[in-house]
Amino acid sequence: MTTLALEAVSRWFGNVVAVNGITMTIGPGVTGLLGPNGAGKSTLIHLMGGFLPPSAGTVALDGQPVWRNTSIYRVLGLVPEREAMYDFLTGYELVVANAELHGLPDPGAAADRALATVEMTGPAGRAVSTYSKGMKQRVKMATALVHDPAVLLLDEPFNGMDPRQREHLMGLLDEMGRDGRTVLFSSHILEEVEQIAGRIEVVVAGRHAASGDFHEIRRLMTNRPHLYVLRSSDDRALAAALMAEGACNGVRLEGDTLHAQAADFPRFARLVPSLARAGNIRLFEVAPADESLESVFSYLVGS
Amino acid sequence: MNATVLRLSLRGLLGRRRALLLLLLPGVLLLLAVVIRLLAGSDEGVTRTLLGAFALGTLVPLLGLITGTGVLGPEIDDGSVVYLLAKPISRPVIVRSKLMVAIIAVTVFAALPTLLAGLIMSGLAGGLAVGYAVGALVAGVAYCALFLLLSVLTRNAVIVGLLYALIWETVLGGYVPGAQKLSVQQWALAVTRWIAGSEVRSAVGLPVGVVLLVVLFAGSTWYAGRRLSTLTLTSDE
Repeated sequence: MTTLALEAVSRWFGNVVAVNGITMTIGPGVTGLLGPNGAGKSTLIHLMGGFLPPSAGTVALDGQPVWRNTSIYRVLGLVPEREAMYDFLTGYELVVANAELHGLPDPGAAADRALATVEMTGPAGRAVSTYSKGMKQRVKMATALVHDPAVLLLDEPFNGMDPRQREHLMGLLDEMGRDGRTVLFSSHILEEVEQIAGRIEVVVAGRHAASGDFHEIRRLMTNRPHLYVLRSSDDRALAAALMAEGACNGVRLEGDTLHAQAADFPRFARLVPSLARAGNIRLFEVAPADESLESVFSYLVGS
Repeated sequence: MNATVLRLSLRGLLGRRRALLLLLLPGVLLLLAVVIRLLAGSDEGVTRTLLGAFALGTLVPLLGLITGTGVLGPEIDDGSVVYLLAKPISRPVIVRSKLMVAIIAVTVFAALPTLLAGLIMSGLAGGLAVGYAVGALVAGVAYCALFLLLSVLTRNAVIVGLLYALIWETVLGGYVPGAQKLSVQQWALAVTRWIAGSEVRSAVGLPVGVVLLVVLFAGSTWYAGRRLSTLTLTSDE
């Protein structure tokens, strides 16, 4: 059992605070590190992987500090976001080299096993430079898995993958989590995290916004007040009807659009068409105004 | 030293087009040596001038620069160094392995061609060939350590190294007497002078030259290992 513990960790670069007082514990199972771009996810992963010292606080792997401690790499595997590799090697040579660098007794067998795990046995004889983005991602995975680590950190692993590769990697991470490994991956896409992560840690603007069971956080997200933009033949009448029926707890007219804040989302969805029909109002557009992840996150931070 | 790091670095350095660049300068040196021998016969003064100005003055610093900054710097720049660093290998060991590759390269592409050029022009006469070759070797080793350290310290290692080699060693070293004393080339020439005789000019004596070479080499290697131990990877965010 291996646990990564962050204790009041901050990291700043000059005047910019990238990570701000984050305390979290990553235990066995799959954890999703979720946040919009620029939230500090990569910085956090670098801190956890021993590639960045915290400006304040501590990062420890089973009680051992990770900074300036190369022995952690015996149990930790890292899949970086950047694509650069020794691409003059073949996939097989690259993974064997990584096995040798780990000092494994049988590098060839370890490489074969890792390549089979990521389904890259076939193209392993080709130079890495000829690989597609998804294949590179899987070979990176193989280099991180070659020493059978108890902890796996992945920085945006689904970037550039096609749906089938994505499905495969998700299955793989899920399996590793079930094996009792500590798997942490970062993502800015809610749906990716939703499918496999048992737990999520949400970071927004360097702060720890939410932590815990995914479904719990998902419920918070769906129950938040939703903002809608409507355009109709009579915005003013529609606004009045929505307010009168209690479908909204706020409306605002702006030019030829109506902004409505729905308090109870299912009820609002039911009431809009029926109120429009009753008032003989034609609806031209009903669109959510704030479905972006950023607004979901900022709601979570605010609550 | 780590055999895998050595092997990977050698392939990275020699397995690419840059390797041709490594052949260019020694090729020119050998060509010049052959032409001079054919046209002017054997002349120790000419040999000293060519080996001093071109071999020790140009070939060695440039090759030291290319290999010293080339064995580790590009990996730090593109981030692939993470595959070496995320391993239970001490960082000084990584530095020493990388340095070994650079030293092999300057030996093969700078010191050896210097020896050959000297032999072509003057044979074994006056110990010139051996003297300049040993000078090229010790200078090359020192340059490799210095430029490898530079590549760990700054992303502009090639430019800083060029400025040092061109401006400090060549221009300033030619006019300012004090600058000459702090020049790898002059320290190496002290070694050459010891072997090839007092016709060779050096700004420092042998003991000073040797001590400074050793201090520079050991200090750079030690500090590069230390700096690589605290290398931070910045994200693109």
